[in-house]
Amino acid sequence: MTIQIHVPMDSGALSLGAEQVAQAIAAEAARRGVEVTIRRNGSRGMYWLEPLVEVSVGGQRRAYGPVTAADVPGLFEADFLQGGTHPLALGLTDEIPFLARQNRLTFARVGVVDALSIADYVAHGGFVGLARAIRLEPAEVVREVTDSGLRGRGGAAFPTGIKWQTVLNTPAEQKYIACNADEGDSGTFSDRMLMEGDPFCLIEGMAIAGLAVGATKGYIYLRSEYPHAHRTLEAAIEAARRVGYLGANLMGSGRAFDLEVRLGAGAYICGEETAMLESLEGKRGIVRAKPPLPAIEGLFGQPTVINNVISLASVPTILARGAAFYRDYGVGRSRGTLPFQLAGNLRRTGLVELAFGVTLRELLYDYGGGSASGRPIRAVQVGGPLGAYVPESQFDTPLDYEAYMAMGAMIGHGGIVAFDDSVDMAKMARYAMEFCAIESCGKCTPCRIGSTRGVEVIDRIIAGEDRGRQLALLDSLCDTMEAGSLCAMGGMTPYPVRSALKYFARDFGVDETQAA
Amino acid sequence: MDEARDKQIIQREIEAHRAMPGALLPILHAIQDALGWIPPQATPALAQALNRSRAEVHGVISFYHHFRTTPPGRHVVQVCRAESCQAMGGAALEAHAQAALGTAFGETTADGAITLEAVYCLGNCACSPAVRVDDDIVGRVSSARFDEIVATLRGEQVSA
Repeated sequence: MTIQIHVPMDSGALSLGAEQVAQAIAAEAARRGVEVTIRRNGSRGMYWLEPLVEVSVGGQRRAYGPVTAADVPGLFEADFLQGGTHPLALGLTDEIPFLARQNRLTFARVGVVDALSIADYVAHGGFVGLARAIRLEPAEVVREVTDSGLRGRGGAAFPTGIKWQTVLNTPAEQKYIACNADEGDSGTFSDRMLMEGDPFCLIEGMAIAGLAVGATKGYIYLRSEYPHAHRTLEAAIEAARRVGYLGANLMGSGRAFDLEVRLGAGAYICGEETAMLESLEGKRGIVRAKPPLPAIEGLFGQPTVINNVISLASVPTILARGAAFYRDYGVGRSRGTLPFQLAGNLRRTGLVELAFGVTLRELLYDYGGGSASGRPIRAVQVGGPLGAYVPESQFDTPLDYEAYMAMGAMIGHGGIVAFDDSVDMAKMARYAMEFCAIESCGKCTPCRIGSTRGVEVIDRIIAGEDRGRQLALLDSLCDTMEAGSLCAMGGMTPYPVRSALKYFARDFGVDETQAA
Repeated sequence: MDEARDKQIIQREIEAHRAMPGALLPILHAIQDALGWIPPQATPALAQALNRSRAEVHGVISFYHHFRTTPPGRHVVQVCRAESCQAMGGAALEAHAQAALGTAFGETTADGAITLEAVYCLGNCACSPAVRVDDDIVGRVSSARFDEIVATLRGEQVSA
C-alpha cells in the first residue's frame, strides 16, 4: 500500500502555498522512487500551521506544519513518511490541543476527508441522515429539525424548523431551497471551509430540506469572491448526480431533488435574504419589504426555504444522530454548536466549533493564544461588520444568542475579529458607516443617506468641530437608522458605531464620562 | 477592441444561458469571464434577448461591484479593506499598493498590466491581510510580498 499524504486544497491553505508544497512532495517522492498518494483534503482550521501536511502512519494521522516547498526535501530526509521527527513535527493531528478540545459535529469531516470523494464521505457517516429522511414523513423530518433547537447560523438565529414548517404548510406546484453562501462578513470563513472541505455535507443537508418541505430544486447563491469553493461545489454536485445523491431518483427513493450554483457579484447586501432572492431572479440586489415572508412567497414567487450554509450543513448530523443528540450541546435557547472563526490579530487563527456557552476570553486566549502582535487585545468585533465591538470588560459573557443580545451585541455568523491596542476605534466607527454607504442597496433612506451623513458626522467629531452637538446628532442618526431601516444593513450599522463610542470614547476625543 | 468578435461572444453567451430562470447574472458572468468586462453593446443585446428595458439591464450591471464597464488590465489585483485585514495592517497595505502601482483603487496601471481594486472580504480572514490575484488568493501579504507579486505579474525578475 502506498503512503497517504494529505495536503489541503482549502483556499486559505492555498493562499499560503499549499499547492507548491503538494507539487514539491510529488517531485521529491518521484526523485527518491517512493510511492505516495497525495490526497487533497480541506483545512483542519489551524491556519497558523498551514500549509499543514499530514501523513497516515499505522492508521493514524501525523501532522507537520507550517510546511513550505523548501522544507520538503528535509522532511523526506527526516523520514516523515514513517512519522520521523523534524522541527515541523506536531505529533498526532487529533491530539493537537486546539483541535482536541473542540466539539466538531458539523465540521467532523472537514480537513479529514478527501473533499471530492463520495466514498470517503460515506465512509465517514455521510448520507446516513438523507437515508433516514427518505424513510420519514416530511413532517417528521421537520419535527426533528425543530426539536434539535437549530437556529439560523447566518446571523439572524431564527428557528430553522419553524421556517421549514411554514414552507411545508404552504401548498405550491414548485418550492425551492435557497442556500445563502454569500458569506460577506469580515472575519467569517466557515461557509467557505465547509464548501471546500466537505461539499457533500451541504448537498446532503439541502436534499434533506427538499424532502422535508416538498421542494425539488435548490440553488446555492455563492459569492464571486470564492472561486475555489465554486469549483469544488460544481465538481461535487456533478459527482453526487452521477451516483444518485441528486437528481430525479434520490438514493432510489423515486423522489427528486437537484441543485445549481449561482454566483453573486460582489454585493454584500445580497447576503440579506430578500436581496439574495432578487439577485437570483436576475435583478439588482434590492431588499424586499416583508411580509410576504420568503417561506410563503420567495424565489420566483414560490415558497422558499432560505438557510445559511452552516444551518443546512448541520442538518445531516441532526437526522443521522437524532434531535436530542444535537440539542444536548449548548446553553439556554442556543442549542448545538457554532463554528466560531478566530480572525484578525490573533496568534492562532482558525475555526473552533464548540457548544454555545463558551466565553470570548476562552476563545481569544485558550484557543487564539492572544494577539499576534504580542500587544494587549483591546477590542473584538463579534458577528461581522454589523456586530458590536466588545471591550475586555465583556470577555467573560457566555456566547449565547440571548446573552449577547442583552448586552447590545450579536453573535451573528460567529466571526471574531480581534484588534490590539494600536487600533483607533473612531476610525473603525467611521469605517462601519463608510462600508454601509458603499454596500447599501439604496432602497430605504435611513441606510442610503444615513450612512453617508454618519461618515460626515464622525469626521467632525474626530476633528473636534462642535463635538457636543455632533455627538447628539450621531446618537439621533443611529436611532433613525436602527428604527427606520428596512433590513439589518442600515438597522445594525449603528451597533459597531455605538459600541465603539460607548467603550472607547477617548479615541473620538471625548472625555469618557461624557459619552452617550 | 474587436467589436465584431465581442458581439459574437455576447450572442453566444446569451444563447447558452437565456433559458435559465433568472438568466441575467449568469450571462453577465459568462460575458465578463470571456471578455474581462461588459462592453456597452451588451446592454441592448441583453435587453432584447431577455425582454427587459435597457435601463433595467444597465441598472443590474451598475449595481454589482463585480461587473466592469471598462476593460481591465492584463491582471486584476484586489486588496481586502475589511476589518480582519485592517486588524493586521491592512491600511498600510492599501496605501502601499496604491503608491507602488501609482494608481488609485478602480484604476489600471499606465502599462496596462494591473487593475487595482478594493474588495470587502475574501474569506481568508485567518491569514490577514489578504489579496486576490486574478483567481488566486494570497494570504499574510506584507508590502514586500505585494511587490513580489506585482513583479511576477509583470514578468520581471524578482529581486533577492
